[in-house]
Amino acid sequence: MKQTLIALMQDHPGVLDRISSLFRCRNFNIESLTVGHSETPGISRMTLVVDCDSEAQREQVVKQFLKLIEVTKVIEAEAPESAVCRELALIKVSATMQTRPSIIQLVDVFRAQVIDVSATSLTIEITDTEDRVNSLISLLRPFGIKDLARTGRVAMLRGGNGKS
Amino acid sequence: MTKAKRIKGAQVVCESLVREGVEVIFGYPGGAVIPIYDALPDHPLRHVLVRHEQGAAHAADGYARATGKVGVCFATSGPGATNLVTGIATAYLDSSPIVAITGQVPTAYIGKDAFQEVDVTGITLPITKHNYLVTDVQRLPHIMKEAFHIARTGRPGPVLIDIAKDVQNDEVDFVYPEEVDLPGYKPTIRGHEGQIKQAAQLISRAERPLIFSGHGVTLSGAQAEIMQLAEAIQAPVITTLLGIGSFPRTHPLCLGMSGMHGEAYANKTVQDADVLIAVGMRFSDRVTGKVSTFAPDAKVIHIDVDPAEIGKNVAVDVPVVGDVRHVLERLNERLKPAKHTEWLAKVNGWRGESEGRDILHRETNQLLPPYIMRQIWHANQGNALMVSDVGQNQMWEAQYYLHDKHRGLITSGGLGTMGFALPAAVGVQVGRPDEEVWVTVGDGGIQMNIQELGTVVQEGLPLKIAIMNNSYLGMVRQWQELFFGRRYSGTPISSPDYVKLADAYGIPAMRITQKQDVVPALEKARETDGPMMLEFCVVEEENVYPMVPSGGSISSMLRRPMEDEEAV
Repeated sequence: MKQTLIALMQDHPGVLDRISSLFRCRNFNIESLTVGHSETPGISRMTLVVDCDSEAQREQVVKQFLKLIEVTKVIEAEAPESAVCRELALIKVSATMQTRPSIIQLVDVFRAQVIDVSATSLTIEITDTEDRVNSLISLLRPFGIKDLARTGRVAMLRGGNGKS
Repeated sequence: MTKAKRIKGAQVVCESLVREGVEVIFGYPGGAVIPIYDALPDHPLRHVLVRHEQGAAHAADGYARATGKVGVCFATSGPGATNLVTGIATAYLDSSPIVAITGQVPTAYIGKDAFQEVDVTGITLPITKHNYLVTDVQRLPHIMKEAFHIARTGRPGPVLIDIAKDVQNDEVDFVYPEEVDLPGYKPTIRGHEGQIKQAAQLISRAERPLIFSGHGVTLSGAQAEIMQLAEAIQAPVITTLLGIGSFPRTHPLCLGMSGMHGEAYANKTVQDADVLIAVGMRFSDRVTGKVSTFAPDAKVIHIDVDPAEIGKNVAVDVPVVGDVRHVLERLNERLKPAKHTEWLAKVNGWRGESEGRDILHRETNQLLPPYIMRQIWHANQGNALMVSDVGQNQMWEAQYYLHDKHRGLITSGGLGTMGFALPAAVGVQVGRPDEEVWVTVGDGGIQMNIQELGTVVQEGLPLKIAIMNNSYLGMVRQWQELFFGRRYSGTPISSPDYVKLADAYGIPAMRITQKQDVVPALEKARETDGPMMLEFCVVEEENVYPMVPSGGSISSMLRRPMEDEEAV
């Protein structure tokens, strides 16, 4: 089962190291991890997707995570009921004069955008749920994907539940 | 507001140690900590020079376990720091509060593969409760304060502070902080009343209750509370290896240790209990055996300060997170006295059956470690602080020395670090100078850190060192005998002439080969003012019984064969 976790931590050198070390030595499997500033100066925010093999492991992940001295809060986000989740992907796809219109049509359908154009390629940015990102990627694959960068999931609890 | 005085980082370290109540440091100097060593003599801090940094970490650990205070060790950068690693890991696995201070190459050299540079904060990441690399002297007073706070509160553990050499020389207006600011670190001390109430209800309905008393009972000083609990509800008590000493072994309710080399009757009791009250313990695999078969009929109440321990290894019905002593106080208030006469009679029946197999009841002239351990107990009437090593000697000590004394056994449980006993005993004796301290160790373990005899002599520590020499790495040999068709691969080990070796260090020593010489030798050691070493040339191929084969159920133990039976 995939569990999305939102963690807040003090922005100290080496915090990321502590987290990756914890997950490695406890044999927890990280699917994705994104980190950046939060709304509070000095506090970083991380979204993790962890692949847990049981409810007990899910509980362990949260508890072990909270034991890190610099981690101030861990929230279990259950998308889509209680949280909104997005992922950003940059996709560089081969494009010729002939294929370019079809690609742009797909981009429009997915409400993605073209952010770079060259004679032989288009670079597309999409921010959406992972399912939609996956769909676009699979539709673009026949054209020839030259380069792909995905951020992994970022999550935020929905407004109005008073938790975050 | 205290008036600030301008001092160097090295002085900040020493001043902070004094303010934290530190009296002694176990360490080894080197290039990257010279400034700290230079500041040391100006402060009321005793320095114990070890012979290898591993010894410093174990000594600090032993000191912490014997005194309940934070143990402190120093080492230089690079090899000094890496030599601490085994000792830090030992303290981490056994929740022992130590603060390790290491020197680091100057800030400008960090990351340049400088001489004696190693990323010790990286190396110790998974074996410390927390660690720090200090590259700014302004942060140093806060870090010192935080390190001691983190080491000694909640679930105790080791904290490492790595201080760049230039920081030791930089000056700062020194004010020692009154408080720490750690928004992510708030250990739960008070147990949840609702959970405590549920625990009390479950206990009141129990017909076959059993208490597990672990290291947490010792660490939180809850011996009186666990005694009150056990006597009020008339439940038998099992002590884990590190819980030995938290409940008196000679108390009629005490069943001793359970698990892999626990008493067979203790394991039977676990398997038959209907409610387990697990206090300050973590259901290690050595306790549970095969988890799916562990305590099949029992509802589990788990009281521990570390929420991550709850549900980690076994499923728990009533978790209570909090300081063991606090929780037990509240729990005891809610409990009514109970009697479990039938249950205790059943347990004592099993106990009687086990007694019949006890090797101490055999008539033999062989020199057997269980006999020696029991005689040490007789000799010092159970009043000594025992420091045991790892392996067969450790299990025999745990089985045959009847520990009644609080903090009376110091041993490496979680990590199982051979070579622990001698250096740890250095710390134990330094911390408890008026106590009789014994080291019980095998011929393998003593040779792992034998250099610390030098420390023993230099510091004038009156340790009594009892070596069980069976010419094998005995525990591995036992496994090879039982599970690998007696292929003794890598386990025969030779020893130096320990009497001559001790003599070279100026330590009196005796070699004992006959059973009748054991008691006089023990008396001689006790009468000797300074340290004394006793080498017992014991039966070579003796096994620790009973035994649960690794990964097996604690229901199926290998028992010591009866005298008229063939060996297993």
